[in-house]
Amino acid sequence: MSTKRRIVVADANGVAVVRFVDRKIVDSGNIEQLGEELVALVTTDKKSNLLLNFEGVEFLSSAALNKLISLNNKAKQAGGKLRLCNLRAEIKEVFTITKLDRVFDIRKTEADAIDAFQL
Amino acid sequence: MPHNSWTWVLEKSVASVTDNAHELIEELMSALDRMGWGGRDRFHIHMAVEEAIVNAIEHGNQRMPEKKVDVVFKLSPEKAWIRISDQGKGFDFQHLPDPTDEEHLEEPHGRGVMLMRELMSDVRYNKRGNAVEMLKIRSAEEQTPEE
Repeated sequence: MSTKRRIVVADANGVAVVRFVDRKIVDSGNIEQLGEELVALVTTDKKSNLLLNFEGVEFLSSAALNKLISLNNKAKQAGGKLRLCNLRAEIKEVFTITKLDRVFDIRKTEADAIDAFQL
Repeated sequence: MPHNSWTWVLEKSVASVTDNAHELIEELMSALDRMGWGGRDRFHIHMAVEEAIVNAIEHGNQRMPEKKVDVVFKLSPEKAWIRISDQGKGFDFQHLPDPTDEEHLEEPHGRGVMLMRELMSDVRYNKRGNAVEMLKIRSAEEQTPEE
């Protein structure tokens, strides 16, 4: 298992459900570490179906978005799928403006997202 | 953008270190809270300032701590005006690739500037491209009746 300081990971029916430690994902050092921990879920821990639950996350910068794009590609390369859920309205708007809502599969709740993995 | 009724003004010059910049952003967010700014407008300002300051430190000043980022925040209950400048060479803000084009959608550059433009009411760069001025006019739905 890889070391995790910026995320907490739980298993739900074979899906790695990831929650964030930080309410504001801004500091560049933390974002680098976050990116490494997320990618390690796929490369070290061999998880390919991932759900990022944004409950409690109030803010994230464009540097954090870049880490999510990398993770999405890693999950796809591993034959899995990345989904996002529980985005507050303002953060969802950022995905819409940047058109990253076309890149990511965004679900309203964790239950919706977990169900989508089982289909 | 002249305005003579600002109720809170902060002008500071900080080293190109993100921790210093985030302290300034926290001061701005606290001032916005005291003035009753909330919801989407508050988030939009936070996002635009975060992106502008990170760009100034990382792309403008190349993370050299001896180079300064100059920050001016001016707030009233209705408007927020922000100026961020760095000591870098500047950039050609008129010819940035559109990060929402299909071919650039997953590239790591250009989203910050695009978000600043989309989220603020007005965004202007100086000719050199090393200073940005941003204005946010508070949305009608965000203003509470007692103000």
